Amino acid sequence: MTEFLNLLAQGATIGGLYALFAAGLSIVFGILRLVNLAHGDMIILGAFTGHVVATAMGLGFIPALIIAPLLMGAFGYALQRLLLNRLIGKDILPPLLVTFGLSMMIQNALLLVFTADTQKIALGGIETASVPLLPGVAVGSYALIVLAVAVVVIGGLHLLLMRTALGRTFRATADDAETARQLGVRTPHVFGLATALALAACGIAGVMLAVWTSFTPLAGSTRLLIAFEVIVIGGIGSIWGTLLGGILLGLAQAIGGWINPEWQMLAGHIAFLAVLVLMPGGLFAQGRR
Amino acid sequence: MGATISRSGPHGPKIALAGAAVVLILAALPAFADRATLRLATEMAGYLTLAVMWNLLAGYAGVMSIGQQVFVGLGGYAFFVVAGLWGVPVFAALPLAGAFAAFIALPIALILFRLNGAYFAVATWVVAEIAALVIAQTYAVGGGAGMSLPTQVAKSLGNNDQRSALIWWLALALCCIAAGLAYLWMRSPRGLALMAMRDDEIAAAGLGVSTTRNRIMVYLIATFITGIAGAILFLVKLRISPSAAFDVNEWTASIIFIVVIGGLGYLEGPLLGVLLFFALRALLAGFGPWYLIALGALAIATMLFAPGGLWGLIHRRFGWEIFPVRRRVILTNGETP
Repeated sequence: MTEFLNLLAQGATIGGLYALFAAGLSIVFGILRLVNLAHGDMIILGAFTGHVVATAMGLGFIPALIIAPLLMGAFGYALQRLLLNRLIGKDILPPLLVTFGLSMMIQNALLLVFTADTQKIALGGIETASVPLLPGVAVGSYALIVLAVAVVVIGGLHLLLMRTALGRTFRATADDAETARQLGVRTPHVFGLATALALAACGIAGVMLAVWTSFTPLAGSTRLLIAFEVIVIGGIGSIWGTLLGGILLGLAQAIGGWINPEWQMLAGHIAFLAVLVLMPGGLFAQGRR
Repeated sequence: MGATISRSGPHGPKIALAGAAVVLILAALPAFADRATLRLATEMAGYLTLAVMWNLLAGYAGVMSIGQQVFVGLGGYAFFVVAGLWGVPVFAALPLAGAFAAFIALPIALILFRLNGAYFAVATWVVAEIAALVIAQTYAVGGGAGMSLPTQVAKSLGNNDQRSALIWWLALALCCIAAGLAYLWMRSPRGLALMAMRDDEIAAAGLGVSTTRNRIMVYLIATFITGIAGAILFLVKLRISPSAAFDVNEWTASIIFIVVIGGLGYLEGPLLGVLLFFALRALLAGFGPWYLIALGALAIATMLFAPGGLWGLIHRRFGWEIFPVRRRVILTNGETP
């Protein structure tokens, strides 16, 4: 029983990491109405940026957690203004194909610079420390930190979207970009800011991932799929749903892994498909506000 | 003032004759090409088949899948099981492999076609991951290590030279069938319905086009052919493993590149794309990651500046059409409006 409870605790806390993966994808889809197929590679780019700051430059974890999102945000703004803004429109194919091409480019550029070796940000004792919840049941300290970061990031995004003038602009542009433009919103700039925000979230997710586990330039596609499953499970368009979806996916994987260690990833994918089959309307309705 | 509707251009018969001549020359390839060349040609024909089918889905039916590797892999595996483990003759095993892929595609279509565009695309990739994970844990087909095709299956196709020639003819035939099927389908009323859906789904549905049923039909055809192509591609390799069979880069990224560069939404596009892709591969493969960076950049540039790809440029410049599927009105006084 305690073994099972431990697994559930682990599953729930990895949900925090998954929610961080999904935050950026959720923003881009929610505001720009496009699916970024390079999203997973953006997370890995964030992880490498963090790795350079923390390890190669020797500045440590906290500066990495600040600098990586800033750099990624700047990259996101430039990317949106220079490239992706040309593709916003009714047709879904061009943005999908372009972000797919972008994914190829980022992966291979990372391979070129960092080779296929695995990398990791070491954080010392805190990685192995754990916090007891019940007698015999404990969760990793670092996992709790990730969960806390996820709550802060998602709570922050919620406040930004719902309580600030910028958030109002984002929502107005998402609902009707053309009308927003006629009312004086500089939509290309707003789209740029949205992508900057999304890639900053990828930066945070990447740095948190880089401590959690080792990674390679090719580790992005798995993260894209996880992020995508999280926002479908949690309900498209719902920011807090992202956290819930992450935790549900983490739990599904933990239970699958408990039945058979090789079924961990499979259980997550199947949970996602089950949501699609059983609740196709319920979870998607929110997306069409 | 009267008018007629015409599709084939003035050069229809000449083009058909030239096409037949090219296919005949290609069919005679084993007479003067060595085995390595035949193997490359077979691979090209396989990629072309996949590209024609992906173009049919994305360019005409508006179905953007990035999970087509699932049908390549399932077709390959079904072939290895049916021909390798059960001993069914190769010629019967190939259509069975395609049928298996289409059989699996039906429930996938029923579930995933509820999703709109971009979500459908990523969900197909998830399905491919599921298939790879399940196969990797199916020990009857070798689990994660995969399986080899038993030598008696290879020997049933004759000695090395005979086998290479036979597999090449199979690949060429499949490729012609795929292109012919796509061409005839797009010229039929169903094809017209498909293009109408792609251009404006709501208006098409309003005119009585059954959008979902049309999409599912074209999806099943595409997966059937894709499954057979997978079987042939792995018949050449004689070995299959989950990581090779369900490789998103090999079976989807390359195919998307071929279609986008060649000309999405033109039946001629994949043909041009496959030639360019293999030329680039031969020239640049030695440069490692630079090669794929260049492919990605080229695909992005094409999408931005020439969304119709290379064939789109040619078509706009010269008005050439090898497979005319567009209808045009010809006024009886000889002028086009």
